[in-house]
Amino acid sequence: MALTREQITKRAAAELQDGYIVNLGIGMPTLVANHIPEGMDVWLQSENGLLGIGPFPTEDEIDADLINAGKQTITARPGASYFSSAESFEMIRGGHIDMCILGAMEVSQEGDIANWMIPGKMVKGMGGAMDLVAGVRKVIVTMDHCNKKGQTKIVTECSLPLTGKNCIDQIITDLCVLKMDNQKKRFVLTELAPGVSAEEVVEKTGAEIIVGDDVREVAV
Amino acid sequence: MADKVLSDAVQALADLRDRGVIYDGMTVMVGGFGLCGIPEHLIQALRDTGVKEITCVSNNAGVDDWGLGLLLQTRQIKKMISSYVGENAIFEKQFIEGDLEVEFNPQGTLAERIRAGGAGIPAFYTATGYGTLVAEGKETREFDPPLLCAKVNAGTARRRPFVMETSLYADLALIKAHKADPFGNLVYRKTARNFNPMMATAAAFVVAEVDEMVGVGDLDPECIHTPGSYVHRVVNTVSEKRIEQRTTR
Repeated sequence: MALTREQITKRAAAELQDGYIVNLGIGMPTLVANHIPEGMDVWLQSENGLLGIGPFPTEDEIDADLINAGKQTITARPGASYFSSAESFEMIRGGHIDMCILGAMEVSQEGDIANWMIPGKMVKGMGGAMDLVAGVRKVIVTMDHCNKKGQTKIVTECSLPLTGKNCIDQIITDLCVLKMDNQKKRFVLTELAPGVSAEEVVEKTGAEIIVGDDVREVAV
Repeated sequence: MADKVLSDAVQALADLRDRGVIYDGMTVMVGGFGLCGIPEHLIQALRDTGVKEITCVSNNAGVDDWGLGLLLQTRQIKKMISSYVGENAIFEKQFIEGDLEVEFNPQGTLAERIRAGGAGIPAFYTATGYGTLVAEGKETREFDPPLLCAKVNAGTARRRPFVMETSLYADLALIKAHKADPFGNLVYRKTARNFNPMMATAAAFVVAEVDEMVGVGDLDPECIHTPGSYVHRVVNTVSEKRIEQRTTR
């Protein structure tokens, strides 16, 4: 059975490590914050200039000067710091962020990602996505394996304009977990959703992937 | 000491047309991320000068009836240089009809182009945007990046291509800060800082709008974010500070 959004999010949270500095994309990736393992110290960075995002505020705590990249009101945790957008992207582009999680419209077999623009549709801009995929040390995509029309989102080559080239380290979909093998330049299937077979994943993937020797069931 | 403190936002821009700072076709930088940390009174004052054909450098474009949306309503903006333009129906209409030009920059590239402009750096190389539309027509060059830039698990060579980006500089920057003293030293508040500090360094004329004025010497020199030498004028305002996504737990 395919994983729910909640389960994909939970699986992504399992990639966190104690002391990690992490940037979470808007939408499903934001929910990863709800699944940080107990006792683990993870610092969330917001690209508009905050390291140490806290929980959403109570009605009394709402402060118009304190928002996240999705423009939601937030709080800052003890030990947090504020900085300019230039410094924020020095962190991101200089390799000082351990991990980011973001969504995608397409990922290619070599780890290219497209997630900011559909030709012919209103373009809103890439925001910080191009900087994150180029600079963060480990880039994870969480997405549905296929789009609403049932077409694969993991493709030989992206048809949509790219956000970045050869930058995705891991994909977590509703069907499986894929990890990039940097030598072979292909994703390796390492985990399957309960009841999903490797054959089904290969069939629903429009790209070359490697089925790993030791494919486990996703622990959710 | 030259008096930098003006009574209101309209006064702060009043003589700038005569001084050649404000003119049709000018470039203006406007601080803020979404509606957070925008110089809301100065935006309205700029609208009221009637200046046209503005090239505007700002991360976002406001919403329909607030922030830079006000200058879009009156069609005073010719071109936006932004990273994300969000949910703005007026923007969308003008963009689709070809009345508004937009140059999308990755947010970090935008921030760095402004920082470089203020620092006298004409251009720089970045990995961001390599192999994408953003890099088209730009010089690319391979470098061995600083060690940290190398990916944690990349068993591959560190050498990678970088894209050359040029700096940005404006005729006027409109800044929002929290506190100022009469010299123009500025302190920002929380995430309302965002693009404001770089923009304060990257324009020929810089006007800041602040929540609170204090006396010279009242700000801790250790904690000043923008030294007063960058700032030409300061105006104390009461901001509405609209919230786009009011979210509670």
